[in-house]
Amino acid sequence: MNRLKQLRDVAICAITLLALWQIVVWITGVPRYILPGPVQVLSALVDNFDLVMQHFRITAIEVLTGIVLGVSLGISTAISLMLSTPLRRVTMPMLVLSQVIPVFALAPLLTLWLGYGLASKIAMTLLIIYFPVTSSLLDGLSNTSPGYLDLARTMGASRKEVLLQIRLPAALPSLASGLRLAAVYAPIGAVIGEWVGASSGLGYLMLLANGRVKIDLMFAALFALCVFAILLRAAMGWLADRVESWSTGTTV
Amino acid sequence: MTAARVCGGFTFGEQSLFNDVALELPTGRWTCLIGASGIGKSTILRLIAGLDTGGSFNGKLETSSAVAYMAQSDLLLPWLTLRQNVNLGKRQRNEEPDNSRVGQVLEAVGLLSHADKKPAQLSGGMRQRAALARTLLEDRPLVLLDEPFSALDAQTRHQVQALAYDMLRGRTVLLVTHDLLEAVRLADQLVELTPAGVRNHTLPDSAPPRDASNPAVIACQAGLLQASHRGGVSRRA
Repeated sequence: MNRLKQLRDVAICAITLLALWQIVVWITGVPRYILPGPVQVLSALVDNFDLVMQHFRITAIEVLTGIVLGVSLGISTAISLMLSTPLRRVTMPMLVLSQVIPVFALAPLLTLWLGYGLASKIAMTLLIIYFPVTSSLLDGLSNTSPGYLDLARTMGASRKEVLLQIRLPAALPSLASGLRLAAVYAPIGAVIGEWVGASSGLGYLMLLANGRVKIDLMFAALFALCVFAILLRAAMGWLADRVESWSTGTTV
Repeated sequence: MTAARVCGGFTFGEQSLFNDVALELPTGRWTCLIGASGIGKSTILRLIAGLDTGGSFNGKLETSSAVAYMAQSDLLLPWLTLRQNVNLGKRQRNEEPDNSRVGQVLEAVGLLSHADKKPAQLSGGMRQRAALARTLLEDRPLVLLDEPFSALDAQTRHQVQALAYDMLRGRTVLLVTHDLLEAVRLADQLVELTPAGVRNHTLPDSAPPRDASNPAVIACQAGLLQASHRGGVSRRA
């Protein structure tokens, strides 16, 4: 029932936005090569459906691969940093420092090193989500309730068992917030990568359509990107909720 | 025979928490440690348990390395079932679980039918009984209880106290509590911690667990309260 209400609210919101958009187009009378109306965008989407889907597929592959790699790398980094205090001391400042460099600024370099294909976009996506995942999990791992640690200590548990059996499961809600962030950031990484240099992907299609003043096609690509981002967020949110509810022993 | 002994003083940085404490835990008996909040009752328990105290202890500490510990919070891991939680010690040490004993202990605390539930599905009293079962399964001669019943409502507390007394029979127990009635009900030895040191209080003649409606128990509790009004039971500002 709640789901249904939520869906209804989203639908109302979307319809309102579309109506506003159409009204702005009518009132201002902007030419269609500056701001096409929703109907024109829809018809561009229908006319170029195969083209848009072809680029959609590429962007989806980049983002999903980047997420899988970035999340795995983030989880393993956080766990290894927890296992070794000296490693954490040396690596933490490096990790924080690496965040000072905007990932966008690295895009041209990544394209230079990894080429115009999928690899540079996957690397961008990975880089943009690696830090949020690592730091959120590390934060959770190092903030285990002291009572659990006291108990484990009186039970004679080893450091490794405390990490695997107590710290890690207790930190899963923190990892879940990292996953939610990753779902938001990941498409940004891929699209930036595509803007800097690519021959496929929705970001590339947008640039291409823009260059040819096919603004309705550009909006159609943007619309596809939005749909993908929303689906990705929903899927990651679902996963994050499951992870969280397992850790807290409650039902979603 | 003593199971553990603490003699000395304790400081947090420059500040002294207590001086000249001499506390002995007679083997197989319940020692109840009372005193005002912040006086260092839990610190003494943590010293005996070998846990971090955040300060430094100067003196002599004799304790067995094997203790079982139970705190105010049940400390059940929310992602494990009760059965798995009760078995936590063995899981942590990578030892084979003794399933029949887990079943026995869960039955003894009346939770066998809830063995496969997660802690979030249980009431506070049930969770604390599960924590008691976990403490029992550790099967240690020295059991340290840090206000384990204080978060429970009065009736549940009464039941769980009696259950704990029954189940921990024969073990050396240190119970830290701020509940005077609880202390008078359960103690073989009633010790009050003050900044100056420890003070032993006399207890009613009957054997613990004493009936809370027993006039001698009520009188003893009233005596402790009166002592606190006269400044006998210390107050910290």
